[in-house]
Amino acid sequence: MAQAEFSQSNSQSDYLQQIRASVARRELISKLFGVLGLLVISIATLILIALVAQLFVQGIPRLNWKFFTSFPSSDFNEAGILSAWVGSLLVMLTTMVIAVPLGVAAGIYLEEYAPKNWLAALIEINVTNLAGVPSIVYGLLALGLFSTVLNLGESILTAGLTLALLILPIVIVTTREALRAIPSSLREAAYALGASRWQMIWDHILPYSSGSILTGIIIGLSRAIGETAPLITIGALTYIAFLPPSPIQSQFPFISFEWLTAPFTVLPIQMFNWVSRPQPEFQVNAAAAGVVLILLTLTLNAFAIYLRYRLRKGVKW
Amino acid sequence: MVDTRVVNSSVMERKAEVKNLDFYYGSAKALKSVSMVVWDRRVTALIGPSGCGKTTLLRCFNRMHDLYPGNRYDGEILLDGVNILEKQIDPIEVRMRVSMVFQRPNPFPKSIYENVAYGLRVQGITEKSLLDEKVEKALQGAALWNEAKDRLKEPAYNLSGGQQQRLCIARAIATEPNIVLFDEPTSALDPIATSSIEELMNELKEQVTILIVTHSMQQAARVSDYTAFMYLGEMVEFNETNLLFNKPADQKTQDYVSGRFG
Repeated sequence: MAQAEFSQSNSQSDYLQQIRASVARRELISKLFGVLGLLVISIATLILIALVAQLFVQGIPRLNWKFFTSFPSSDFNEAGILSAWVGSLLVMLTTMVIAVPLGVAAGIYLEEYAPKNWLAALIEINVTNLAGVPSIVYGLLALGLFSTVLNLGESILTAGLTLALLILPIVIVTTREALRAIPSSLREAAYALGASRWQMIWDHILPYSSGSILTGIIIGLSRAIGETAPLITIGALTYIAFLPPSPIQSQFPFISFEWLTAPFTVLPIQMFNWVSRPQPEFQVNAAAAGVVLILLTLTLNAFAIYLRYRLRKGVKW
Repeated sequence: MVDTRVVNSSVMERKAEVKNLDFYYGSAKALKSVSMVVWDRRVTALIGPSGCGKTTLLRCFNRMHDLYPGNRYDGEILLDGVNILEKQIDPIEVRMRVSMVFQRPNPFPKSIYENVAYGLRVQGITEKSLLDEKVEKALQGAALWNEAKDRLKEPAYNLSGGQQQRLCIARAIATEPNIVLFDEPTSALDPIATSSIEELMNELKEQVTILIVTHSMQQAARVSDYTAFMYLGEMVEFNETNLLFNKPADQKTQDYVSGRFG
């Protein structure tokens, strides 16, 4: 009897030891993965930080008021990014005005209106794939379609159309995802009160998802602002020493759209131009332009985060 | 078949009548030749085990099924004598006359005021004083006015779960509909909030016809004047609530109300 009891408690402690060994082994594996993950992410982040830091160290001393207000020049001390940042600004504006209404409207249609059949599925697959098409392909399309066939030339309008085409899939996909995230209980609540489909969308679904949609738009724009290849393809100038005509005029009607047809350059092209010069001083100019570009992108992203925070405050379900 | 008894010193009138209603989700038949009467300004409860079709039937009354493709009605629901399931009748029109309170409180992420006013705005009311008046009346009707009158501009999500559900009731009655549908309105609420909603239904039936789906037989017994017991898509028994619970005519009803299955 005592013998039996002893062996039972013995096997009990054996069993406990087995459990402990198993837990220890599994926890070790879990910890190992944690360490591995930390290592990978540290390496990736450190490389990025090192690159940006090097750019800043090289570029920041060159940043002054004159750098922003001067045209490019063969004298590296006189050279500035005036035409480049004005060009970037105007191209972005054009891109936004074209891509946002088109993309959001297409997203709303595909998500809320289109019947869910094979055609809708086909369009969905294509839109998603378009987001992954290399940007130079869009450049070629734009060169043929906008520059030549539509005869818009090497203008800001052509550039805006091209980049709008490029970010359209991003805007469409994020709009759809934002709309899809609104719970069906809110849709049904609106319908149950006698709202039409459009009232349901306009009064409810759109306001509730506007934060996410705006984030998508800004992510698209911050991709567009760094694009170089498609703009070179459509014939953006690499050296330009004048500004497009001002959109605001002193005489009636005070607003002019002449700037849309003007030739232009943008920041990344200006950067590319300077990097390809042999003189090391131009490398410094390129770094400075790079700093401006990075700051612009970071500002856009910060703005997106802020908007999302503001618009989602009080909007939860 | 015409009931001539006098209850609450008013003559009983038919508000709505379901006649031989079949309903299909795609090819699955969810309602099988259902018939029943909804009496004016009474509470009618739909009970039955999960999947019996009670919510499906409820959502026929405001054509909610039209929102999803593949659903099909066959039969009639007469609302004041007109078949609201007819193709040429716009579901939007039906929903403006038959409003709904859902299982979980689903206020819009807007202010308390805007939640109640939305149905009125949809109907085209823009005059501020009229909106104010109707919003106040609806909130009073939903027993929420005293708690909400000083915080009409606050987000509806600041309210507690029970208050949110009363807000949804205010939203549903603001447009003075003919029928209010309740789809298990207390299943997400605690007992105290539940009893306040039940009291509210008792007051509301003076003004409006109520149709309620509930999982709780006690709730059906407490709040309703008439009860329909459904099973596997069929209307097994429909009668005055106390008769259905105390003298059920059908064996299945007997088994269900005595707790033998379900």
